[in-house]
Amino acid sequence: MNPDRFDSWLKIDAKGLYCRPGGFYIDPHSAVRNAVVTHGHSDHARPGHGAVLATKETLAIMRARLGELAPRLPQEAAYGEPVSIGDVTVTLFPAGHVLGSAQVLIEYEGVRAVVSGDYKRSADPTCAPFELIPCDLFVTEATFALPVFQHGDARGEAAKLLRSVAQFPERTHVVGAYGLGKSQRLIALLRAEGYDRPIYLHGALQACCDLYESFGVALGALEPATGAKREMLKGQIVLAPPSAIADRWSRRLPDPLTSFASGWMRVRARARQQGIELPLVISDHADWRELTDTIAETGAREVWVTHGREDALLHHIRSTGRRGRALALIGREDEDQ
Amino acid sequence: MKAFAALLDRLAYTPSRNDKLKLMADYFASAPDPDRGYALAALTDGLFFRVPFRRIFAEMLETRVDPVLFRLSRDYVGDTAETISLLWPARKDDAPPPRLADVVEAVQAADKSEIPVLLAGWLDRLDATGRWALLKLLTGALRVGVSARLAKTALAQWSGKPLAEIEEVWHGLAPPYAALFAWLAGDAPPPDTAGKAVFRPLMLSHAIEDRELTGITPADFVAEWKWDGIRVQASHHGGEKRLFSRTGDDISGAFPDVVEALPEGVVLDGELLVMRGGEVAPFNDLQQRLNRKTVSASMLKSHPGHIRLYDLLFEGDEDLRGLPFEDRRARLEAWHAEHIPQHTDVSDIIDFTSISELESLWAGARETGIEGLMLKRRDSPYIAGRPKGHWYKWKRAPQMIDAVLMYAQRGSGKRSSYYSDYTFGAWRATKTGEPELVPVGKSYFGFTDEELKQLDSFVRSHTVDSFGPVRQVEPKLVFEVAFDSVHRSARHKSGVAMRFPRIHRIRWDKPAEEADRLETLTGLIVD
Repeated sequence: MNPDRFDSWLKIDAKGLYCRPGGFYIDPHSAVRNAVVTHGHSDHARPGHGAVLATKETLAIMRARLGELAPRLPQEAAYGEPVSIGDVTVTLFPAGHVLGSAQVLIEYEGVRAVVSGDYKRSADPTCAPFELIPCDLFVTEATFALPVFQHGDARGEAAKLLRSVAQFPERTHVVGAYGLGKSQRLIALLRAEGYDRPIYLHGALQACCDLYESFGVALGALEPATGAKREMLKGQIVLAPPSAIADRWSRRLPDPLTSFASGWMRVRARARQQGIELPLVISDHADWRELTDTIAETGAREVWVTHGREDALLHHIRSTGRRGRALALIGREDEDQ
Repeated sequence: MKAFAALLDRLAYTPSRNDKLKLMADYFASAPDPDRGYALAALTDGLFFRVPFRRIFAEMLETRVDPVLFRLSRDYVGDTAETISLLWPARKDDAPPPRLADVVEAVQAADKSEIPVLLAGWLDRLDATGRWALLKLLTGALRVGVSARLAKTALAQWSGKPLAEIEEVWHGLAPPYAALFAWLAGDAPPPDTAGKAVFRPLMLSHAIEDRELTGITPADFVAEWKWDGIRVQASHHGGEKRLFSRTGDDISGAFPDVVEALPEGVVLDGELLVMRGGEVAPFNDLQQRLNRKTVSASMLKSHPGHIRLYDLLFEGDEDLRGLPFEDRRARLEAWHAEHIPQHTDVSDIIDFTSISELESLWAGARETGIEGLMLKRRDSPYIAGRPKGHWYKWKRAPQMIDAVLMYAQRGSGKRSSYYSDYTFGAWRATKTGEPELVPVGKSYFGFTDEELKQLDSFVRSHTVDSFGPVRQVEPKLVFEVAFDSVHRSARHKSGVAMRFPRIHRIRWDKPAEEADRLETLTGLIVD
C-alpha cells in the first residue's frame, strides 16, 4: 500500500468504500463487521453491522430506527476526537447535514483523506455547522451537482410557506419533508419566523422529532395529525413524509394544499410531476456552489465523487486541474426526498 | 418585478381556478401602478416585444457559462429559459432589482443593440424566480394557466365591479391601463368607450333536456338551428373592425375575410363557420383557422370564413340591446338586406306550432353542422351573461359507446390523491387476428365523488404497470362513454378523436370482452 496512491488503500468493493489499513468500511450498504457511519439516513446507516464508530447522535438514531438490527458494538466518537483504528487515525468532524452527521478524516502515514458523507454549508439551527478539513483526497457527495442547483436562503422559503398560510387560511398546508433532518429543520425555520401555533405531524415523523428534542433541539408545540379532528386542521401546517402528501393519507385533511420541502423543488418539472402546489427549495445537501467551493478550499489534489450527478462535477474538477474519479457506489437513492 | 414573479410562480403551480383568482386579486390590490397594469397586460397577452430574445440569450450565455455544464443542465431541466434562470452566474450588483414597469418601458424604448446590456443587468439583480419571470415576460409565453377572461374576472373580484362592465370597456384601453385601474379603485368614472369597437359581453343560453320542453309555450318562442361553429361578436365602429370570441378574445387576425366585409357602424352576434358552396364545413375545418395570428392566402381560399348572424346589438350609435328579440331580429333582417355584406347570412327562423313538430323537424334535419336547436323568447332583451328564462339550447342526445379502461392518471388540485383521468379503449384485431385494445379517448368527468373513490381503488388494485403519474390497469372495467361526435384524427393511434367524451355510466357488471369495437366508432365518423 502506497499512501500517496489513494486507491491502493481505499478500495471500492461490493459492500462499499473500504479502508484497508484500518480494516473498516465507511457507510457500507450491506452488513459488515466494522464500519464508520457518517449519519443516520437509511441509505448510509444500514442494519446488521457489528462494530460501528459514529457520533453519539448517529448511534441514537440508528438504535431508534433499526431496533434489533442496530450495531452490536457501538463506539461513540466526539467531533474532533482522534481514534486509532489499525494503522490509521480516524477523526469525525461536523458535516452540517443532519443531527450528528459527520465527515470522516482518515490519516494514513501522513496522508489525509476526508470522506464527506452528505453535507451542506448553509445555516441549520438543528445541527452543528460544517467544518472545513484540509486534505489530500476529498471524497464528496454530488446529489445536487449541476449549476442549476443554487439553494437560496431557506428562511425565505419558510416565509413563503407562512405567506401562503395567511393568504389561504381555509386550506390545510401539508408539507412533504423527509423524517430525519428536513422535518426538524423546517419546524425550526418556521419557529424562527415567529410561527408559534402547533405544527401537526404524520405519525412517521414523531420519533425523529422526539429524538432531536432529547438532544436539546427545541421544536415548540407538536401535535399528531393522525386522529386530530378534521375541522381542527383547517388552516394549519401538517408535516408528512413525501409519499403521504398526495395519497390516501392526505384525504383526511380539509382541502389540502400540497407543498414539498426539497432541493429538487428548484426544478419545475420535478414539482409539477408530483403535483406540488407550493414547492419549497430547502435542501440538506450542498448546492453547486458549495460543492465547488468546498472542493477548492480543502486543497485536495484528487477528488472522488460518490453519488449523484457526477458528470458535471467531474467535468468541473478536471477543468480546475485536479484528478477526479466517479465511485458509482450502488445502493444510494435519489437523496433529499 | 419581485411581486410579479411571485405571482407567476404561484399561478404556475396552482390548479384551482378560485385560488388563481385569489392570487391575482390580491396582487391587483397590493401592487402599485403602473406595475399592475403591465402585469395585467402580460396575463391577457397584451404585451409584444419585437426583439429576438432567444438569440440574444444564446449569445449572452456563450460568454458566461461553460457549454458542457449548460448542456448537462439543460438536459436535466428540460427547458432552456428555465435553465438560464436557474444557472445564470450573477455578477454582484448592489443596485435594487428592476420594477416590472422599468423592464417593459425600457425594452419598448431601447435600441436593439442596447438590449443585451440591459438584460444582463436585470438578470444579475434578480433571483432565480425573478429571472424566470423576466424570461417568460420577454419571450411572450407565460403559460401559467390564466386566460384573459380569468384575469378580468380577478379584476372584478378585487374591485367589486361587474365583469360585464369591465369587458365592455376593455377593448378601448391599452397597457398599462391607468384609466381602468383608476376606475376599478374607485378614483375615477369608467373609461369612455362610446363609438369604439369594443366587446359587448354576450347573452348565453341554458341547456334544456327533452323532458323540460313541455314547459315551453310555443307561441312565446322562436326557434333557430344551433350551428356547430364558435359564437362570435363582429363589430365595426370608429374605423375599427373587430371579431371577438365568446369570451372577448380578439380573433380578428385569424379571420380577415370575415372582418373585411363588415360595413361601418354595427355590432353583430353570430356563429363563425367555415362554409364551402353554401354548405357548413365540419368543425375540424374551422379549428384549423383558429388560434392563428395570421392566415395564409391559400387557407383563406380553401377554408373560407363565414358568419351566420343571430342578432343585431348596435346599429350606428343606437344601442338595440334593450329591445325585444323580435324587434332586433326585424332590424337585423332589414340591415342585412340593405348591406348584404359578403361572408355573412342570417340564421333561419324555424316555424313551429308545437314541440312535437319541432322534434320531427329536427329528426329530419340532415344538413351537416347542426348541433342542436335554440329556443329564444320573442320578448327577451339582450342581456349580458346567462339570464334565466330567456334562451334555451336543445342539443341532440349524445352518442354512446362501451369502452374499456386502460390507463389512469392522477388528477390535479383537489383530485391530486386520486387516479381521476381515464384513458379508455375499444377492441380491434391485430394482424394475427388477436383482439387488442386501442385507446380511443380520455375523460375526467361524468362520475360522482362516490364513484371516483370506487374508481380510484379499482385502479390501485388492478395496476399492472406504472409510468410516472400514469398507471396501466388490467383491461377489466367498462365505461359507457357519451360523446358529441367522432372525427378522423391522424394524431391518435386509433385514427379517431371524440368530441367532448364523458363517463356516462360505469358498467361494473359488463365483461370487458363485450365492450365495443373500433369499427363501431369509425362507423360514426361524420366528416
